[in-house]
Amino acid sequence: MTGIDENVHAVPILVDGPPAAQTLLHLDSPSRVRRETLRQILRSKTFIIGAIITLFWIACALFGHWIAPYNPIDDSFAPSYQAPSWAHPMGLDRVGRDVLSRVIVGARSVIIVAPAAMALGVTLGSMLGLVMGYFGGWVDNVLGRILDAVLAIPLIVLAILLLTALSAGQEGINVTSWQLIIVIGIAFTPPVSRTVRSAVLAERDLDYVQAAKLRGERAPYVMFAEILPNVTGPIIVEATVRLGYAVFTVATLAFLSYGPQPPSPDWGLQIAEQYADISLAWWATIFPALAIASLVVAINLMADTVQQVVEE
Amino acid sequence: MSEPAVAADAALALDLRDVEIVYRVRGRDREVVRGVSFSIGRRQSYGLVGESGCGKSTLALAIVRYLPRNGRVTSGSLEVAGRDVLALRREALRGYRRDEVSMVYQNPGSALNPTIRIGKQVREVFELRGASSKDAHERAMAALREVHIADPDSVLRRYPHQLSGGMQQRVIIAMALATDPSLLILDEPTTGLDATVEAEVIDLIGELQERHETAVLFISHNLGLIRKTCQDVGVLYAGELVEEGPTEEILQNPRHPYTVGLLRCIPRGGVRKDLGKLDTIRGFLPAIGEHLPGCVYVHRCGLAQDVCRTDKPADAQVGPHHQSRCHFHERAQQLPRDIEGPRQVPNVVDRTATPLLKVDDLTKTFKQDGHEIKALSGVSAVLWPGETLGLVGESGSGKTTFARTLLGIVEPTSGTVEIDGREMPPTLGSRSAVDVAALQIVFQNPDSALNRRHTVRRMLKRTLAKLADLSGRDAEKRSEELVEAVRLPERALSSRPTGLSGGQKQRVAIARAFAGEPRLVVCDEPTSALDVSVQAAILNLLVDLQGSHRTSYVFISHDLGVVRYLSDRIAVLYLGRLMELGPAATVFEPPHHPYTEALLSAVPTIDGEQRVRIELEGEIPSAADPPTGCVFHTRCPRFLGDICVEQEPPLAEVEPEHLMRCHIPVEELRRLQAEPPVPVQA
Repeated sequence: MTGIDENVHAVPILVDGPPAAQTLLHLDSPSRVRRETLRQILRSKTFIIGAIITLFWIACALFGHWIAPYNPIDDSFAPSYQAPSWAHPMGLDRVGRDVLSRVIVGARSVIIVAPAAMALGVTLGSMLGLVMGYFGGWVDNVLGRILDAVLAIPLIVLAILLLTALSAGQEGINVTSWQLIIVIGIAFTPPVSRTVRSAVLAERDLDYVQAAKLRGERAPYVMFAEILPNVTGPIIVEATVRLGYAVFTVATLAFLSYGPQPPSPDWGLQIAEQYADISLAWWATIFPALAIASLVVAINLMADTVQQVVEE
Repeated sequence: MSEPAVAADAALALDLRDVEIVYRVRGRDREVVRGVSFSIGRRQSYGLVGESGCGKSTLALAIVRYLPRNGRVTSGSLEVAGRDVLALRREALRGYRRDEVSMVYQNPGSALNPTIRIGKQVREVFELRGASSKDAHERAMAALREVHIADPDSVLRRYPHQLSGGMQQRVIIAMALATDPSLLILDEPTTGLDATVEAEVIDLIGELQERHETAVLFISHNLGLIRKTCQDVGVLYAGELVEEGPTEEILQNPRHPYTVGLLRCIPRGGVRKDLGKLDTIRGFLPAIGEHLPGCVYVHRCGLAQDVCRTDKPADAQVGPHHQSRCHFHERAQQLPRDIEGPRQVPNVVDRTATPLLKVDDLTKTFKQDGHEIKALSGVSAVLWPGETLGLVGESGSGKTTFARTLLGIVEPTSGTVEIDGREMPPTLGSRSAVDVAALQIVFQNPDSALNRRHTVRRMLKRTLAKLADLSGRDAEKRSEELVEAVRLPERALSSRPTGLSGGQKQRVAIARAFAGEPRLVVCDEPTSALDVSVQAAILNLLVDLQGSHRTSYVFISHDLGVVRYLSDRIAVLYLGRLMELGPAATVFEPPHHPYTEALLSAVPTIDGEQRVRIELEGEIPSAADPPTGCVFHTRCPRFLGDICVEQEPPLAEVEPEHLMRCHIPVEELRRLQAEPPVPVQA
């Protein structure tokens, strides 16, 4: 195929020949390319829908206490399990708390923990991936086998193991946000490192890496200043995809009581508290569940667009 | 073999009338082919030349109706063997592709499915046309035999990666011709192949074309190849056919300034760097879809007048079947020469000085699956400041290993490399900053040689910091000087590789190589990825820099014309051994080593008599199991006898400074090479 798009990108800005004849033809500067990429992303309807939903939940996380009609932990409303009404659009839960207020304020823990865990996982994974891809050989083999072993354990099981280990010696389970971030971040490291490693493998043998070595560059410079800027595409894609997973993981762990403790309005915890009575009062379970689903779907909508544009 | 349809017999094999093709990019139709008309008669061969981006491949894809989704033929007619190709739908289109037209692509490796055995892929061609599986197998065997594959049975059982590039291309040609198509399209079919293999494939195509009575459309940037294969040639520029006519006529008497310029760019007829500069073509191909009201070539033409900017020239009949689309075709050959940069400085080499490079008995043995592969075996060479050593040989001959060993990327098994009398530590890691700066490289592919995320300024300044110990203001100033030295404007410093053309990228790579004031620069096929007009400019630049910096080059290229232009001394390598070494003029004139002789005879020329090609039997043997005695004896056209099998000839000085590794006495070679050889079977 004739890479026609490529030709358009490669329109030279300068004209070969004696300096006098060199004129500016087109300015296809990188900032223009970046702006073009951004424009392409913003033009996508899926991305816009995802972004609106995500921004809504971010607003709830930041300003939930002002937005929510009631105090989320006020259990003075009656009767418990009241069906949705004008006063309480999402009804009341078992102990008579306003579900709408709890869903709004409950966004906070997920919105803080998930991106931080993703950032940690992507950072660690990228570094490991760079090291494995760049050095190859036994470094790659040893690290690769360890990561394979970690990958063999399901994500949730791994997280629970780590969290339990962290709270050993304490009474009951008391998980802080920091612990959640670190544990999920570590659990995300292997898959990220694999993606980055394969991207690095494709770059490692290109001549510019050789050229860097031929001017006496050390390995860290070659990895971080030469190769890393060329593998940002896959890293960004990985980050957006991981963010969706992170939300889901945080919610799941909270549901399994590895997270905020009652009376916190956290979504996963709400579901855990209410789901036994779903036949009596579906609203107390369904609305927080919908909240989780909407956020995960919204992030994945954005991730899809980013992936399409980056991989083009 | 089926007979071509009787009705189609009278028609032309290919008939294009005013074909226009556009690509839709970012919501706008951009013209890539602007009204091209030409035709190919049955059994004729037609060559299409032009720089990359001029629309050659687009045209080929349109003929097989294989344009990318955003491409479309907007007007004109396109007939193959009397069939209106543009009107074909579904089944008819499938039938057309199956029966009437075949295409051979540039890269044989990607044209074959790597997961399916050759046998299945070849049989499929026949099965598609209704052959039973047993019948298909028989015919597949016959098809491979026809392309001179000696052992079709075993080739059919292999996977594509187990075959060499030349072998893969033969299989593809066998498949392409299996259906006796009316038209065979060859899109740069030999670009990735060695000159010797290329020559074989070209001969094969000529032979098969005759037997199958197929018309051929041969797309290439190499005029020498077109001369060898095609009666007629069309010169494509910015999607327009600017000149068309019989090949010899166009080569002897070009009548369009573009053709004239293109022919002048090619180093030929033994031009050497100290005798004169190469002509270049200034400027660039217009961007695709650019609005061109006048002549498409006006921006780059040295003869352009006002009328060329406003009026489209008509096709002028300048000879029998010879047309030129130029307002001033009768003056085309008076096109002023376009040479950039300062005048030539004679290259004076002081042979009494300390040699700049001294390689002594360099050997490299790789270990692979328990086998020892001798990539380099006892290579010695000396080079003085300001000299160029040209490295010549087929792939697998050890050229790249030699270069990498010099640079310290590959650690030699034994032997030493000296620069200015200093012995270089064997690996890059153990070399001092001065040693690292002394040896630099210009890579083949400028796209991958530059970090696409870094600006030119960043690349140069970083290199200056590492190799010349310059920073801040000094580095900035030196970067500006470097960019000027490679004749790029200063604002190129702020651009990234994506904003530069191929030639400009290569200039940046050269600037980077010269940043640390190197003593020796390895040029690894630095122009093979570039168009000829750009190639000429880059070669001129390398010569200028060599003159002003007294830098030495080790120049690797498969293009012997280019090697001859730039080199003072030539080393011919075969299976990691030096077969011949000497001053360029001596190596290119008889007496040659029989291998050199064969290499030279394989190169198609654009002027003078076509040489009789000396065929080399088979392929370069595996370095894991090199032949006994003289390693070349298995393919040598001048094989003597048992002595060649039993004893390795020494590298002897046959003339002053001219070393050769052959049992045949040099006077005998001189006598033999005065007349064309008779191939002798080993």
